[in-house]
Amino acid sequence: MSEQRTERSEPTGAGRPAAPNAPAAPAVRATGLRKAYGEVEVLKGLDLTVPRGTVYALLGPNGAGKTTTVRILATLTEADAGSATVAGHDVRAERSRVRRAISLTGQFAAVDEMQTGAENLRMMARLAAHATRRATAPTARRTSEPATEPATGRASARAAARAAELLDRFDLTDAADRLVKTYSGGMRRRLDLAASLVGNPEVIFLDEPTTGLDPRSRQEMWRVVRELAAQGTTVFLTTQYLEEADQLADRIAVLHQGTLVAEGTADELKRRVAGHRLDLVVTAAAYHRLAPRAAHHAPETRTLGFPTDGRAREVRELLDALDPDRTGVESFALRTATLDDVFLTLTNPTSPVSPASPASPTSPTALDALAAPATTEEPSRV
Amino acid sequence: MSESLIMTGRSLRLSRRNVDALITALALPVLLLLIFVYFFGGAINTGTRYVTYVVPGVLLLCAGFGSANTAQAVTEDLKGGIVDRFRSLDIGGTPILAGHVLASTARNLLATSLVFALAFAIGFRPAASPAGWLAALGLLVAYITALSWLSAAVGLLVKSPEAAGGFTFFIGFLPYPSSAFVRTDSMPTWLQGFAANQPVTQVIEAIRGLLLGKPIGSTGWVALAWCAGITAVAVAAAGLLFRRRVR
Repeated sequence: MSEQRTERSEPTGAGRPAAPNAPAAPAVRATGLRKAYGEVEVLKGLDLTVPRGTVYALLGPNGAGKTTTVRILATLTEADAGSATVAGHDVRAERSRVRRAISLTGQFAAVDEMQTGAENLRMMARLAAHATRRATAPTARRTSEPATEPATGRASARAAARAAELLDRFDLTDAADRLVKTYSGGMRRRLDLAASLVGNPEVIFLDEPTTGLDPRSRQEMWRVVRELAAQGTTVFLTTQYLEEADQLADRIAVLHQGTLVAEGTADELKRRVAGHRLDLVVTAAAYHRLAPRAAHHAPETRTLGFPTDGRAREVRELLDALDPDRTGVESFALRTATLDDVFLTLTNPTSPVSPASPASPTSPTALDALAAPATTEEPSRV
Repeated sequence: MSESLIMTGRSLRLSRRNVDALITALALPVLLLLIFVYFFGGAINTGTRYVTYVVPGVLLLCAGFGSANTAQAVTEDLKGGIVDRFRSLDIGGTPILAGHVLASTARNLLATSLVFALAFAIGFRPAASPAGWLAALGLLVAYITALSWLSAAVGLLVKSPEAAGGFTFFIGFLPYPSSAFVRTDSMPTWLQGFAANQPVTQVIEAIRGLLLGKPIGSTGWVALAWCAGITAVAVAAAGLLFRRRVR
């Protein structure tokens, strides 16, 4: 967690110069963000930095503070303390500038069910054009565009063109003139994302973009996100799925109870977290002996879970290490690690892993301080 | 301003497609006019032809129901993510709410013209000058605007469209203890003070006087002041509630 704090000396507030295109300004920088709703502290001092043109995943379970983080960065909620800049603008003092530079796609589809896909996009495109014109109005005199109503016809033509382009890009042209309420979940998400792009944002926030989608729709969303990233847009996404973060993100931050518990590339993260979990049904005596070392506990079935990379050699060694007498383990099952396992590993440095594997040869990262020792140099894909 | 127009276009499209609500909004005034004129009218003595007496009351009753749909529209918006989307396009609360209010006004004026058309067909004969017509319609629009803004504020206050529906009931009830359907001096004494002075009576008396070409004294201004006051309070409340709701 040390590396993202290096740039925190910058003052906040209205006085700081706006530097929208300065290469030095990261796409997102948050310092010490705190937010409480009543008694509940949702964010407890969050620091993160997202370089421009990268895909950044904020990974965490429900209630970790992901949505709150996104809403603060997208200027929809104000933090109680701390500061953040997005696209070089302060989220508090330069709210309008931030809003013009970003887009947000939330967990609830932000499109009208009772409008068609094309109508939704045309409406958003016209609103975005207005916001831009209003923002540039004091300096726009020199441009060729007349600010008066004769522009209306051209404005709607432009909005229609933009809508058509986005419909095509998101594979929705055939459904353009259907009411959104007839769309499938995946189509709705794609339309929602398309609607968020009408203003050509520099930074795109996606709050759980694939939650609730079927596997095929999820793949399509992933394809779209990859395309956006390929065009150099910064993507900040939240997800509950390790696999999604792994598939899409350049860097992954793990959010747990309002703070980042780990941050790094997918490979760095996976080196800390074994790809599988060995579930053992054990005797009562063995349960008590082994419970402190397990990452997963189910006392009612006397089941304990231990992280492993899933290779036969390692599973065998793990079984031998845990149950040298071969009396304690009644049965076992090997499962793909879940996000829970990731969190348990990351938040419980004392949990045991394979005793035999050599440490990873790569340089230590921020994760080292928090995580259990590395298990293998070639972690399986999660 | 043009943002409000875009939002109005949206609200109108949504209204047009909400067929159930639209049919109710248009059928209700027609049914109420017929019910009052033919079911109750024979038994009510107002000193004029009852249809002539009751048209302003039916108009306001229906304006109440029609405007209250604004509350539901606002709650629906807040339930989904669309308000956040608008805000992230740097569109504030005012254009979003103004769009609903203007659409509500348009819906109500459609219902109003239906009521007038039917009323003419069954014997409504106003004696208003063109200026009187204009003033009466202006006052009606002011009343619809006031109630629509009030309704928008209620929509921001309540959590669900169902709760917003409760507001419809309350507003729909207000014209009954007024001079809408019977003369207030036919009511019990304890009710007369309220019935004769409440805003609905002021607006109805002003519109009735204007349509019949009778002098209305200061009633028109009092009615307008009520509408302006309610609008001002409702707009301010809506602004505050919007900021509170979107935190």
